[in-house]
Amino acid sequence: MELLVSSAIGLLTAAGIYLVLRQRSFPVVLGMTLLSYAINVFLFATGRLVVNAPPVLQKGVTTYTDPLPQALVLTAIVISFGMTAVVVVMAIGSFLEGGDDRIDMPEADRIPETGDTQRGPRA
Amino acid sequence: MNHLMIAPVLLPAVLGALQLLWMRGDLPLQRVFSSTGTALLVVVALILLGQASAGEVMVYRLGNWAAPFGIVLMLDRLAAMMVLLTSVVALIVQIYAIGSGWDRKGWHFHALWQFQLMGVCGAFLTGDAFNLFVFFEILLIASYGLMTHGGGEMRVRAGVQYVVVNLAGSALFLVALGVLYAVTGTLNMADMAARVAQMPPEDTALLRTGAVLIMLVFAIKAALVPLHFWLPSTYGNAPGPVAALFAIMTKVGVYAIIRFFTLIFPHDTVAGTLASEILLPAALITLAVGQIGIMGSRQLLRVGAFAALGSVGTLMIAVSQMNAEAMTAAIYYMVHSTLAAATLFLVLDLSARWRGDYWLRAGTVMPQSGLVSALFFAAAVAVVGLPPFSGFIGKLMVLDATAGAPAMPLIWSVILVTSLIALVGMSRVGTKLYLKPFGEVVLGGGGGSADFPTAPLRSDEPAPWLSVTAIMALLATVLALTVFAGPATRFAQATADQLYDPALYLKAVLADQEGTK
Repeated sequence: MELLVSSAIGLLTAAGIYLVLRQRSFPVVLGMTLLSYAINVFLFATGRLVVNAPPVLQKGVTTYTDPLPQALVLTAIVISFGMTAVVVVMAIGSFLEGGDDRIDMPEADRIPETGDTQRGPRA
Repeated sequence: MNHLMIAPVLLPAVLGALQLLWMRGDLPLQRVFSSTGTALLVVVALILLGQASAGEVMVYRLGNWAAPFGIVLMLDRLAAMMVLLTSVVALIVQIYAIGSGWDRKGWHFHALWQFQLMGVCGAFLTGDAFNLFVFFEILLIASYGLMTHGGGEMRVRAGVQYVVVNLAGSALFLVALGVLYAVTGTLNMADMAARVAQMPPEDTALLRTGAVLIMLVFAIKAALVPLHFWLPSTYGNAPGPVAALFAIMTKVGVYAIIRFFTLIFPHDTVAGTLASEILLPAALITLAVGQIGIMGSRQLLRVGAFAALGSVGTLMIAVSQMNAEAMTAAIYYMVHSTLAAATLFLVLDLSARWRGDYWLRAGTVMPQSGLVSALFFAAAVAVVGLPPFSGFIGKLMVLDATAGAPAMPLIWSVILVTSLIALVGMSRVGTKLYLKPFGEVVLGGGGGSADFPTAPLRSDEPAPWLSVTAIMALLATVLALTVFAGPATRFAQATADQLYDPALYLKAVLADQEGTK
């Protein structure tokens, strides 16, 4: 089970990092999602992997699973879910405002055109 | 328990929610409530600072649960000082935002402002590592909204980058917390410190990994080279007042590094000298990149962004020395650099709005250029660190504190040479904007667009007094830090001593637990 969990974390992280480094916003959002999955599983594993054990104190039970990482994962899931929604909305906004879904800043962010007083080109 | 301690978190949270529920679309009411709330926060922070100055570390146990199990808020000198600094900067910048009309450019500016304050104050006050993560997320989510306030192509594009970088940073934060929890079995910072101190030195490989990971996370927030790439385009494209408030955001990262590497991983113990060995070169390069960036900027707010980057570099040089004397200098310089960077951002925003042009190029004569150039001159002097402002004292303290360090020749030469570069860079900005306004570009075409809250100032209009007063108030705080340098330094000294005596912090949290559940 340890091999399965650790290789799953590794694969998800690798795929996530690869996608985050792409230059279009859609793969980047997918990459962030994969990365957050990987981290949720990782956080879950930080309490040691235990199967079929209760998280809450009970009479006559000696092996327990650590409940704290489960609470942490729950918080992390809620936050990453909300953040995915935010980044999707911002990516759509950037696509609608700029006309493409590139994630890098365009040339116009650095070099002014003559007579153009805004920070970028106007539509 | 001192219930006032939780007020810096609760007050903005309640106000922000109230503004969303009951004051939707009523800007005057939002302005009154929001600025009154921030003013109240200043009062609360002053009282807390008074209480913390007695030297005692105060604990607030949420739900009255005993320490390693429940979440605690901690108030020591450093936390109280940072909360006061945040509230003062926030109040003045908020008045500027009202005066300049930036808060009119989009919805929910004041609600986001309050949530931002909630996150920042919470991050300063919390004594629990996972709770720190949650407050980081709160301040980041609010900052995403503030950063893209007003919209516009470049701002939203820069916003997407900012969000993605910080999401990756949050992912790394969770990994670091997971590693630290797996090794120590606790998330309470005081408890973690106690357990780390007892760990046998041969078992600390994973712990050292965790320490470096958590330092990387905070270095992203503090924008240390090579993790600074998000900063110039974020600050350069944010609305001016938001960029000024963000001057405190990099300091949240610096604060977290100071807290973790004095309390949990002190110098020369478990993590060894690892932290200072990584931090010093990074800080030196950050300083150089920031100050050279001032020379190379072609857009006004980017000048401020690179100046902020340079100040983080100077600050981290002092922090990386990891001793009480350098920490005194760091604490003094932290207050100064936040105030000075915020002032510079506001002056640059004012200039850009009155010119109607964000680009650093010669144009037609700007109305009221005498007043604005005087304000810019003062802000630039403060940022570069020339007398009579507190930057000079701060830099002198940093130089003095690093005089005995092995890397002293390198540190001194980098600080002194980059100060000269920054001086030349600021002179270039001032000359182009105010002294030589005879270019071919006719300014003023950008009024009413996404980038500007108001039309450019006409030459027959009086100066908007609220914006100018806000900038003067910020300058006055910088001046006060200079005039009262003696008391301020003594306070910084006491703060540094308290930081280097973690036993006080541990005792406050883990001992004295009578009456808890």
